[in-house]
Amino acid sequence: MSIFEYNGSALVAMVGKNCFAIASDRRLGVQLQTVATDFQRIFKIHDKLFVGLSGLATDAQTLYQRLVFRHKLYQLREERDMKPETFASLVSAILYEKRFGPYFCQPVIAGLGDEDKPFICTMDSIGAKELAKDFVVAGTASESLYGACESMFKPDMEPEELFETISQALLSSVDRDCLSGWGGHVYVVTPTEVTERILKGRMD
Amino acid sequence: MAKVEVDAPPKGGFSFDLCRRNDMLSKKGVKPPSYLKTGTTIVGLIFQDGVILGADTRATEGPIVADKNCEKIHYMAPNIYCCGAGTAADTEAVTDTISSQLKLHRYHTGRESRVVTALTLLKSHLFRYQGHVSAALVLGGVDVTGPHLHTIYPHGSTDTLPFATMGSGSLAAMAVFESKYHEGLSKDEGVKLVCEAICSGIFNDLGSGSNVDICVITKGQKEYLRNHLSPNPRTYVSSKGYTFTKKTEVLLTKITPLKKLVDVIEGGDAMEE
Repeated sequence: MSIFEYNGSALVAMVGKNCFAIASDRRLGVQLQTVATDFQRIFKIHDKLFVGLSGLATDAQTLYQRLVFRHKLYQLREERDMKPETFASLVSAILYEKRFGPYFCQPVIAGLGDEDKPFICTMDSIGAKELAKDFVVAGTASESLYGACESMFKPDMEPEELFETISQALLSSVDRDCLSGWGGHVYVVTPTEVTERILKGRMD
Repeated sequence: MAKVEVDAPPKGGFSFDLCRRNDMLSKKGVKPPSYLKTGTTIVGLIFQDGVILGADTRATEGPIVADKNCEKIHYMAPNIYCCGAGTAADTEAVTDTISSQLKLHRYHTGRESRVVTALTLLKSHLFRYQGHVSAALVLGGVDVTGPHLHTIYPHGSTDTLPFATMGSGSLAAMAVFESKYHEGLSKDEGVKLVCEAICSGIFNDLGSGSNVDICVITKGQKEYLRNHLSPNPRTYVSSKGYTFTKKTEVLLTKITPLKKLVDVIEGGDAMEE
């Protein structure tokens, strides 16, 4: 068993027209036994920047605390929020510092940058950035998510359509993964509002 | 008043504090994770007035294509670029750190960076980590002493060559170079040969794929041709896109409107005395 398969997770982020969406499943398991069905893997860094942490749940929470800490220090010193690009470099540096004893976490970063330009990015557990223009995925369901997103995604979607697409991609993918599921958590972020939705999914 | 100072924790070097835990996990039979690799074709050659570097654009994680259009030609200095193969995080990090060291060196000396300087910094970094930083590099550039091309192996050994290939597609690419390279190539001939070598990697090596990136460096100028060739466009795309008949079931919706930033008016009305 790989350490990424210990808790199970599915994460996906997509870009729309001046907006983005980030979604995860809600299961926390210990291998095949489900422990919680309302687990949070997506965290808000500031109003227009979200990070999802797939992989080992204990490392995801530790890493989240370190990221919040570093972002707060940045806010105090600079009196502004971090740009998504800057934040991605920060996450990458924190992960690469532990190159020879990594956090078992694959982050997904999504945010609105200057002039509300959407930015999404994912990394491996040692901080190799992968910037994409369309969608990024991570977690145990990543293989099926790649397939689903590859066929369902289209460029320049409006928030409503983006929500439907990311939800369908997530739900159909986790149905083919034993280790993730139990509904979904979807954030759609536009320049004016953040919409958070909880999806109903299969409960097996 | 005492100066309030907020500082990030001290930085620099690797941290090994999770190694014991991770080692314990792997002794219990938990497999360590696989990293993002660039199972790559990267090449470089010297032509009559400079250096041409080339790379494919596929990044893999095991058998999965993780990125279909990644950048493998990294910036080192205005006159030096470097292609990277191996673990993606390592190639990225090693080129970034050395590139910043070169910039500081330029500020210090006020001269253009030399390719040998970059080469020495890179190889001593890699040698220090005894091959654990797995970056295989093709370094090319033009400085006061003319055009240079080097390959650097993960353990820190280096070669100086007129044409070089690296990565999993190196054999496929080298086959092309060995049969067609000659001294005094023109720019167009050089670009064509590099394209052919990369394409040979793309089509014959499964670890390489997608597009061809090229960087031409000549005395005093460079030309970065991102996606110079795209021999693998996506096929069978539906013009209508995907539509859904049934809506997803939503259990809970929470909408948070974002605050609009306050407009600051310059020089408004003066306050009453």
